[in-house]
Amino acid sequence: MTGGPLSILVIDENRIRAAIIEAGLREAGHERVTLVHDITGIARQIAEIEPDVIVIDLENPNRDMLENMFQLSRAVKRPIAMFVDRSDAASIEAAVDAGVSAYVVDGLRKERVKPILEMAISRFNAFSRMARELEEARSELANRKLIDRAKGILMKSRGLSEAAAYALLRKTAMNQNRKISDIAQSLITAEGLLVPESGEGT
Amino acid sequence: MSEPHRITAGFLPLLDSALLVVAREKGFARMEGVDLVLVRENSWASIRDRLAVGHFNVAHMLAPMPIACNLGLSPLAAKTIAPMALGLGGNAVTVSLDVWRSMRNHGAATDFNPVSTGAALREVIVERARNGGRPLHFAVVHPHSGHNYELRYWLSASGIDPDADIEIVILPPPFMADALASGHIDGYCVGEPWNTAAVMKAVGRIVTVKAAIWKSSPEKVLGVAAPWAEANEKALSALLRALCRAAQWCGTPANHDELALLLSSQIYVDCPAEWLLPALQGVIAAGEGENVAVADFFVPHAKAATFPWKSHALWFYSQMARWGQVTANTAHEEIARNTYRPDLYRAALKVLGVALPGANAKVEGALQTATPVGSAGASLVLGPDGFFDGKVFDPERIGDYLPG
Repeated sequence: MTGGPLSILVIDENRIRAAIIEAGLREAGHERVTLVHDITGIARQIAEIEPDVIVIDLENPNRDMLENMFQLSRAVKRPIAMFVDRSDAASIEAAVDAGVSAYVVDGLRKERVKPILEMAISRFNAFSRMARELEEARSELANRKLIDRAKGILMKSRGLSEAAAYALLRKTAMNQNRKISDIAQSLITAEGLLVPESGEGT
Repeated sequence: MSEPHRITAGFLPLLDSALLVVAREKGFARMEGVDLVLVRENSWASIRDRLAVGHFNVAHMLAPMPIACNLGLSPLAAKTIAPMALGLGGNAVTVSLDVWRSMRNHGAATDFNPVSTGAALREVIVERARNGGRPLHFAVVHPHSGHNYELRYWLSASGIDPDADIEIVILPPPFMADALASGHIDGYCVGEPWNTAAVMKAVGRIVTVKAAIWKSSPEKVLGVAAPWAEANEKALSALLRALCRAAQWCGTPANHDELALLLSSQIYVDCPAEWLLPALQGVIAAGEGENVAVADFFVPHAKAATFPWKSHALWFYSQMARWGQVTANTAHEEIARNTYRPDLYRAALKVLGVALPGANAKVEGALQTATPVGSAGASLVLGPDGFFDGKVFDPERIGDYLPG
C-alpha cells in the first residue's frame, strides 16, 4: 500500500455532489474511485473495496455508525483514522467548514492524502456555493411572484397604477425596516382574511 | 446593559434537548444576557467535530462523550468539559413485535421489570440459537453512550453476553423505529421520543426503561469546548444559570403540554407533540394499548438532576473499561474524573439559591428510597438511585467494581 494507486470511497447521499467529487478525483488521476449513495450493506462494500481513503459528507446521519465500524468491525481490516493529520488544524477546520470529513487508513503517508482532502474541500465549497445561488434565484422568483400579487391587490382595491402600487409597497417596507416581499406577504394574508371566501356568508 | 454573550449550541432531536430549547424559547437565556443560538445536527460525530473546530461553543452531548474525547477515543479529539448535566433518565429499550411475542411466551412481565424481561429475552436468545436463527441485532446511538452501557448492563446482568449472544449496531435515533419495522434490527435502546415512535407506529414494544435499570441515572450533559470555557467564564456561568431556570420550568408539570408543543416543532425534535408527552408525564405507552406508570422516567430538575457528579463520570469510565474501550489505569481514571466540573456548576448557580450538593461524588445505587442529603442553598432530596441487580458503585473503589 505504499506506492500503488489509492482506493477511494465517496459516501454521499447527494448524487450530484458525489459526481462532482468523483470527477475531480478522476481528473487528478485517481482511477479507483467508488461512489456510495445508500448506506445499506456498507460493511460488505467496505470489505470488498478495501478503501485507503473514505470521503463522507458531514451531514450524513450515519457517521456514528461508520466511525464505530471503522474502529472495530471485522469488515475493516486496517484501522481507519479521521482526517489526514490530527495536528493539521487548518485542514481539519477547512474540512468541517466545507461540510466534509475524511477517514484514512493508518500508516498512509499524509502527502498522498492531503491533495485528496483539499480537492474534496474545494469541490464541497463549490457545490455549496452553487446550491446557495440556486436557492437565491429560486427565492428571488418566489418573491417576485408575491410582489406581483400584492401589487395587483393594491391596484384593484385602491385604483393605483402599477408603478404607484410598487412605490407604496417599497415605502412601507422602508418605513418598517422590512423586506418588500414580507410586506407583500402580509398584504396577501390580510386580503385573504378580509375577502370572504366564495360561498361563505352568502 | 452590556452586549449579550452570543453562544452557539449544537443539539440532536431528542427530548432531553429540552433544557437548551426552553432556555432559548422561554427567554431564560436572554434574562441572563445570553443570545443562545441553537443548531440541530444529524449525528454525534458532527456535534463533536463542530465543537472541536469552534462552530459550537457548547453542545447537547451524550454524558460519556466528553470523557471519550479527553481519553482520545474519538477520531477528532478536542478537550471538552462537562460543567452541567441535562437531566436524568429518559431512555427505554424497545423490541420488535415478533421478539415481544416470544418474550411473552417466556413469561416477560408487562410492567418493565428488568429482571423479568431480561430473563425472558435470555430464553428467546437461547431458543433462537438452538433453532439456528441469526443472533438478534440491537441498536444503540453511539459506542460511548449511556444507551450502550445500560443496554449491556441489563443484558449481562440477565445472563446475556452482549458481545457474543447478540450483535450491537449503531443507528441515528430518528431511524430506529423504521429500522425495527423493516426488520434490520430486532430491538434498540434510545432516548425519547424514539421508543414511543415505535409504539405509535405499532411496530415495537417497550420492554424496560433506563429508570428501571438504574434509577436516577445520568444521560446527557452540556459539553463545553475547554478553551472556550476558559476564555469565557462569565458567558458560561450565565448559560448555566439560564439552563438551571429552564430545567426548573421543564420540571413543572403545568408546563408539560407547552413543552411538548415547543419541542415538537420542525426546527427541534420534529415529531407529533403526543409522542413527547408520555416521557414528560411518566406514563409510558408500552404498546398494545397498555400504559405503565414509571417514577422518575425523565427528571430535568429535581434530585440535583443537572449536577455533574464525578461518580457518574467514573461509572461511565468503569463501563468503558469493562467493555474494552479503554485500559483501566489511574491516569485514565483521573481524566474521567476531571472531565466533569461540579466546581463550575456551583460557582455559577450559587446566586440562584438552588440546592447545591455538598459532595462532588456519591456512592451510586446506595439509596433505596428518596433521602435528604447535605446541601447548600436549598434542601435537597436524592434517590432512589438503585441498579436493578442491587449492585453498588463506589467511586473510591473502582478496582473492586471492575471484573478481575
